[in-house]
Amino acid sequence: MTPEEVVVAIKDIIQTIAPDEEVDGLDMNERLRDQIELDSMDFLDIVMELRKLYGVQVPEEDYKELGTLQGCVDYLGPKLADKELHCASRA
Amino acid sequence: MIPERYDTIVIGAGLSGMAAGIRLAMFGQRVAVLEQHYLWGGLNSFYKRGGHLFDTGMHALTNYVPKGTRGTPLARVCKQLRISHDELNLLPQKTSQVVCAGHRVRFSNQVELLIEEIGRCFPARVDAFVALVDELRDAPLGEPDPSSARERLTARLGDADLVDLLLVPTCYYGSARENDVDWDQFVILFRSIFLEGLAMPAEGIRPFLALFKDRLVAAGAELRLKSDVARIEVEGGAARAVVLADGTRLATDRVISSAGWVETMHLCGEALESEHVRPGDAGRLSFVETICVLDRWPHELGPDMDAAVIFYSTGERFRYERPDRLVDVSSGVISMPTNFAGTPAEREPLFRVTVLADHERWVALEEDEYVARKQLLSDAALEATTAFCADVRPHETFRDVFTPRTLTKYTRKLGGAIYGSPRKRPDGSTPVAGLYLCGTDQGFLGVIGAAVSGISIATQHAMAAR
Repeated sequence: MTPEEVVVAIKDIIQTIAPDEEVDGLDMNERLRDQIELDSMDFLDIVMELRKLYGVQVPEEDYKELGTLQGCVDYLGPKLADKELHCASRA
Repeated sequence: MIPERYDTIVIGAGLSGMAAGIRLAMFGQRVAVLEQHYLWGGLNSFYKRGGHLFDTGMHALTNYVPKGTRGTPLARVCKQLRISHDELNLLPQKTSQVVCAGHRVRFSNQVELLIEEIGRCFPARVDAFVALVDELRDAPLGEPDPSSARERLTARLGDADLVDLLLVPTCYYGSARENDVDWDQFVILFRSIFLEGLAMPAEGIRPFLALFKDRLVAAGAELRLKSDVARIEVEGGAARAVVLADGTRLATDRVISSAGWVETMHLCGEALESEHVRPGDAGRLSFVETICVLDRWPHELGPDMDAAVIFYSTGERFRYERPDRLVDVSSGVISMPTNFAGTPAEREPLFRVTVLADHERWVALEEDEYVARKQLLSDAALEATTAFCADVRPHETFRDVFTPRTLTKYTRKLGGAIYGSPRKRPDGSTPVAGLYLCGTDQGFLGVIGAAVSGISIATQHAMAAR
C-alpha cells in the first residue's frame, strides 16, 4: 500500500464506523477527533478493523500515533507496505 | 460429547443483549445470544393478533436527535453498531402532553415549549425550572446517585404539583422505584424525553429490531432462539457454563445477562441467590396495557388528540406504587403511535393506555375470571382517560389487553416488573466472576438506553478481558 492508499484505507474504516460523517475533506494534520465525532471507543474500533482487514496489531500504547491522518500514514505505512488495499465491508 | 464453547454467552435477545452480542462479535469473540422466545426484541417486540400487528413495549423512542447531532446516546449507538441514522427511519413527534394536578402541559422536541408551558402554569417557579433544565443539560452521565429525585426536585422547585408533573413522565418511562425515581435515572430520563426527544420508527419496532438482528448475524454472533436458560453453572466463584432447559450445556468464559438481577442470581442456584439477593431487590411495579384499534385517526376525535404521548395523573397527588387492587387507573400513559410527523397512511390508528397493576392479584385469578377482569378493567382504564381526552370506545374496532401475567410469560421479568429491580447495578458487576448484567437492571432505560447498556457492559467487561 502506498501512503495515499493508507489514507484511503483509514478513511474507509472511519466511514464504516461513522457512516454519517463526511470523510472526504479531512485535513491530514489536524487531529481527527477535532474534525469528526470520534471518542476513545471509536479508536478501539479503528484498531479492530485494521486487525480484521489487514492483520495489523496496534498495541494500546500506540493508539496516540493514530491521532491524525498523517500520524496514521507515518505509523501504519511500514506495517501496511506489503498489504493490498481493500475496502472495509460493513460489519 | 465435546461441549460447545463460547467466549461470551449473552442471555436475552432484547435490545441490550443484541447490542452486546454485536459488539463482542465485531471484536472477534465467539458469541451466542440465547433467547427463550421464538422472537427477538425482549421488552420491545411485536406480535400479531386478530389480523393486526402490534408492537409491545415502546410507546415512542426516547433519545431522539436529528441526524448529525453529535455526542448523544443515539449518535453513539448508531456509530458503534454501524447503523446509519437514515436506516432507523425515525419520525419525530410533533407534541406530547403531561396532564397532572389540573394542568395540561404540552412539550415537543424543543425544550422551549416545555419551559413556556411550565411558565404559563407555574409562573412563580419558571426561573427555578429554567435553572434546573440548564443543570440537567450539563450534568455528567454515568455517576451513580440513587438519591430521591422527588426530594431534590421539591427542594429546588418548591411546588408539589410541579414536582408531580415532572415525575409522571419520568416514572412511567422507566422508574422501578415506587413513588420516586433515583436521581441519576431522573437525569437520564429527563434528558432522553425533554432535552433530546420522542420519535417513532416509521414502520414500528419490527424493522428497527430487524436492523439489530441483521447486524448481530452479520457480525458473526449466533442467535439461538427458543433457548430457555435453566441455570448458570458457577464453579469456584466464576461462571463456567450455561445450561438450557433441554439439558444442552454451553461452556463459556463469561456470561452477560439481561434477565435482571434477581432473575440472574436465581439462575446461579439457591445458595448464591439466598446469599446475595436482599429483600426489596425484586421489582414491585407491573402494568396492564390496553390497545385499541380505531376506525379513524385519533386526531379526528378532538383538539387534544394530536399528542404522540399523554402522561397523566388525575388524582390529588401522583401515585406510582403497586396498587392494592388489580389496577390503579388514576395515572398512566397513553400512546397514539400514528401521531408522529409523516406517519405512513397505511399504519393502523391505535390508542394505547398503560396503567399500574398488581402482579399477584392477576396471577391468582382463575382463567374465566381472568378473561372477564381483563375486559372490565381495560374498560375502566379507557373510561378514566375520558376525564381529559376523547372517548375512543365508540370508534374501537378491536382490542387487545396485556397484563402482568402476559409480561411475565414473554419477558421472564419476575412479577411482571418490566422496569426490574429498584436497586440498579450501574457497573453491571455481580458477585460471580465473569458474570455481568446488562439491560434493565444495569440501569439504562428505553430502546436506545438498552443498546447503550449492552455496548458499555460488553466493552467494559468482556472486551477488556482479551
